[in-house]
Amino acid sequence: MPKDGGPNGGIGASTTRREDVRFLSGTGNYTDDINIRGQAYVHFLRSDVAHGRLNKVDTSEAAKMPGVVRIFTGADFEGIGGLPCGWCVTDKHGQPMQEPAHPVLAQGKVRHVGDPIAAVVAETPEQARDAAEMIELDIEELPAVIDMKAALEDGAPKVHDDLTSNLCYDWGFVEENKDAVAKAFDEAAHVTTLELRNQRLVANPMEPRVAIGDFNRATGDHTLYTTSQNPHVIRLLMGAFVLGIPEHKLRVVAPDVGGGFGTKIFHYAEEAFCTFAAKAVNRPVKWTSSRSEAFISDAHGRDHVTTIQLALDKDNNFTALRTDTHANMGAYLSTFAPSVPTWLHGTLMAGNYKTPLIYVNVKAVFTNTVPVDAYRGAGRPEATFQLERVIDKAARELGVDPVELRRQNFITEFPYATPVAVEYDTGDYHGTMDVLESMIDRAGFDARRKESEARGKLRGLGVNCYIEACGIAPSNLVGQLGARAGLYESATVRVNATGGIVVMTGSHSHGQGHETTFPQVIAEMIGIDASMVEIEHGDTDKAPMGMGTYGSRSIAVGGSAMVRAAEKVINKAKKIAAHLLEASEADIELADGQFSVAGTDKAVAWGDVCLAAYVPHNYPLEEIEPGLEETAFYDPANFTYPSGAYACEVEVDPDTGKVEILSFAAADDFGNIINPMIVDGQVHGGIGQGIGQALLESCVYDEDGQLLSASYMDYAMPRASDVPFYAVDHSSQTPCTHNPLGVKGCGEAGAIGSPPAIVNAVVDALRSGGHDIYHVDMPVSPSRVWAAMQG
Amino acid sequence: MYEFEFVRPGSVAEAIKALGEDEAQPLSGGQTLIPTLKQRLAMPSKLVSLTGIAEMQGITASGDGVSVGGATCHADVAADGTIPALSALAGGIGDPAVRNRGTIGGSLANNDPAACYPAAALGLGATIKTNKREIAADDYFVGLFETALDEGEIVTAVTFPKPEAANYQKFEQPASRFALVGVFVAKTGGGVRVAVTGASEGGVFRWSAAEEALAKDFSASALDGMAPDADGMMSDLHGTAAYRAHLVGVLTRRAVAAC
Ligand SMILES: Cc1cc2nc3c(=O)[nH]c(=O)nc-3n(C[C@H](O)[C@H](O)[C@H](O)COP(=O)(O)OP(=O)(O)OC[C@H]3O[C@@H](n4cnc5c(N)ncnc54)[C@H](O)[C@@H]3O)c2cc1C
Repeated sequence: MPKDGGPNGGIGASTTRREDVRFLSGTGNYTDDINIRGQAYVHFLRSDVAHGRLNKVDTSEAAKMPGVVRIFTGADFEGIGGLPCGWCVTDKHGQPMQEPAHPVLAQGKVRHVGDPIAAVVAETPEQARDAAEMIELDIEELPAVIDMKAALEDGAPKVHDDLTSNLCYDWGFVEENKDAVAKAFDEAAHVTTLELRNQRLVANPMEPRVAIGDFNRATGDHTLYTTSQNPHVIRLLMGAFVLGIPEHKLRVVAPDVGGGFGTKIFHYAEEAFCTFAAKAVNRPVKWTSSRSEAFISDAHGRDHVTTIQLALDKDNNFTALRTDTHANMGAYLSTFAPSVPTWLHGTLMAGNYKTPLIYVNVKAVFTNTVPVDAYRGAGRPEATFQLERVIDKAARELGVDPVELRRQNFITEFPYATPVAVEYDTGDYHGTMDVLESMIDRAGFDARRKESEARGKLRGLGVNCYIEACGIAPSNLVGQLGARAGLYESATVRVNATGGIVVMTGSHSHGQGHETTFPQVIAEMIGIDASMVEIEHGDTDKAPMGMGTYGSRSIAVGGSAMVRAAEKVINKAKKIAAHLLEASEADIELADGQFSVAGTDKAVAWGDVCLAAYVPHNYPLEEIEPGLEETAFYDPANFTYPSGAYACEVEVDPDTGKVEILSFAAADDFGNIINPMIVDGQVHGGIGQGIGQALLESCVYDEDGQLLSASYMDYAMPRASDVPFYAVDHSSQTPCTHNPLGVKGCGEAGAIGSPPAIVNAVVDALRSGGHDIYHVDMPVSPSRVWAAMQG
Repeated sequence: MYEFEFVRPGSVAEAIKALGEDEAQPLSGGQTLIPTLKQRLAMPSKLVSLTGIAEMQGITASGDGVSVGGATCHADVAADGTIPALSALAGGIGDPAVRNRGTIGGSLANNDPAACYPAAALGLGATIKTNKREIAADDYFVGLFETALDEGEIVTAVTFPKPEAANYQKFEQPASRFALVGVFVAKTGGGVRVAVTGASEGGVFRWSAAEEALAKDFSASALDGMAPDADGMMSDLHGTAAYRAHLVGVLTRRAVAAC
């Protein structure tokens, strides 16, 4: 039975988000709101060609411009580390990936439009920009490689001259399965093949990136304020690999952050630059990205080109799956880029189905484009899209019901070890699909379709499932897979003398609502009101080492660390209570904020125990220390596996090709739920981004590497009028078996699960109009749909 | 932005004087010009604001039409309703912020090939009044971002004759929400006019084949299967030339049906 939160606003309460008070009243504290006395401003001069040799960067005239403090070029960073990559993928021959250098400012060559060449530090942003225009560049333009397959051809221009080719790695997973998979395809009764593209996206968080470097000459301490999802990770990467600053001399603060969606995970050149320059010019140095700059400097997402094949036996059981993907890395390896098309993608290819044999091949390719890395879902949307689209195509080819074909192949027994290296702990895919079917009135669809046809419209229904691996991730496992970091999380629970609590967590909240949900957990554990608990995050000087927020890991990993720390606090408090109540510790029970002696009416309140801990007059000092503060690190034993079933109904205007989403239903299994309203909101936002990908968004380069969709005039973001009122249900709950809260995470589900439902629905609609179409690439724009209808 | 001077004259005469200086440029609602300046794609030495000029503000209806001051914002035209199709067109431009600042004079002077007002001006056979002459819409639109205006000449008013029936159909470009294709159809005493924006490489144009067909039979079915030649249509991320040509046919039929 799901909990309802109880009187204290504990687990299960749909408490409104306390952080929204400051966000909605304009009193948030975003990085750009921070201004440090004496700060100077930096403007980056960026390459406007995709590929070129930097023959000369002459700053002599620019340096004379008014207000210029100093101009930096690549030469200033010689001998300083480049931006590191946090994951090394091993290819199918057992060799490490090709890993190019990634200088803070371009050295020798520019490799994408937006690659920073020089940085002007000046008194005002305008002066910095004016001076940057005076920098004289001699760039010998080189042919650019944009298309991934062309980039792998013999004789293709090389993005990095010192690498053997543009191939980062050729990954086979599971390589040992390859022959068995081929045999299963030979023996299949039916094979469905689908070629598709998972288009490149720009994350577009509402707040563009900002970095401010500050250096204290008196102490030698560096501070970086930055728009990051994981300040500790930035501290480690930048301190240890780029600038050589030990962590105790470097503080990274990520205050309120206006959305991340993955693109604020990574360590960026601008962060390292501002930190470095602040010391070099002995002034705080601030950079604020413009929206135009964000398009050419924030890591992009997706950009996979895939051929997927599904083999079925004569009874329509899935017997094997094979996929072949080219994944665009862009010009450099962003922090986690290599892991996205491999370990976050290949491991998900089983989906919700008991396909016994799977082989995934991924070629990661360098091109003269902005680096590509994790974007909401990261690898899992790409896996889900191709799998759910090929199943849909198979159902249509075979003339069977797409829901029944899925159900027939569902995994039903847990734990379930997939052929792609992961073990699902729990799930109830039939139960979740039952919930979905109860939401969508499938029986009434034919009547609705007729009604649409009467208005000259084509109506379609699309259904799909998804599975994701969240709660990232067991450190020992990811270490074997090439991660150069652990993926635990930490929390300190600090109880104050008067009973209030501050939790310092390494998880970062930038839209997720941690400041509301984390206190609900503590409230539930202790039986005090949630308002007595406050969350501190985003400052490496406050929270212990943390790995940050991505991969739907906050409550599953960060929340678990907090629970472990709170358990330590409670255990110690019980000892104090036992002393105060003159009882045995084993008899002490905690409920409703009271410690009581089992079977008696003797009790002491939470607040009195806390006070005793800090005013230890009557206290077992010989047994325990004063104070009440504990820290825990939690390393998950496995991923968590949220899953769900989504359905979408669309109407297509056959005259124009325009698709309208009429309804969208999401049935998710997130395990236990802390705050149902926030979970609804996360799903709504995720589906909104999924609709953006399915119908609108596309990041497009021309063949010379110029970004055609470089502003909102051409990059189509979803707006309120593009999305329907969603029906969201998360009553299907199979709690995670290996974390203390039984939670799975919900942050990415909507973005992972929704695109295939929409495209499935569009294909269904078009086929009902007599068009022999199995696929339309995303974004399913009016012009694409119209072209598809022309055959 | 680069630095510039800013003046806000109170009359057309003062504005023209101020515009006589080198590199001076009129600023109306700023919805096109300000983003251009922020991108540093223009470098005027002086901006001459037209929004403080009373004689360029407001809408006056006369028996046979309506005259709109050159610095009248889209929201005011949207609220007017004398020519419902014109008001509906203005009400469909951008978002409320754009409509409350952007002006008819700025739109017609800019002549963006995807803008809406050019279709209304050409479709209704408007007259563009400037500080020195009157220009018939048929002579005003010269090409992409090009008009018959001379250097330093400003649009002070636009007069639209009232049609018997008219309708504007706009198919939005998914990102900018400008017209991927927009068609303005007007039935007037002098015949049928069909003006198309968003589609052609030459900017707004009259689709004469459709006008002829509709002059004989003003019904959507008179245009069955018709579309202009795809040659000369724009092609970009959001639609090929063939798609745009097809949309012109669809939208014209819809506009006629809605008249
Ligand atoms: C988000 C957004 C969405 C938009 N959507 C649409 C849309 O859907 N459809 C559409 O049609 N438009 C759209 N626009 C453009 C909008 O209508 C602008 O207001 C219009 O194009 C320019 O008018 P303005 O008054 O803002 O002119 P300004 O930006 O001030 O000036 C534009 C140009 O015209 C010159 N100029 C201005 N006034 C005069 C004058 N009276 N005489 C001579 N020259 C003059 C200026 O010097 C400048 O070169 C959109 C704009 C934005 C920002």
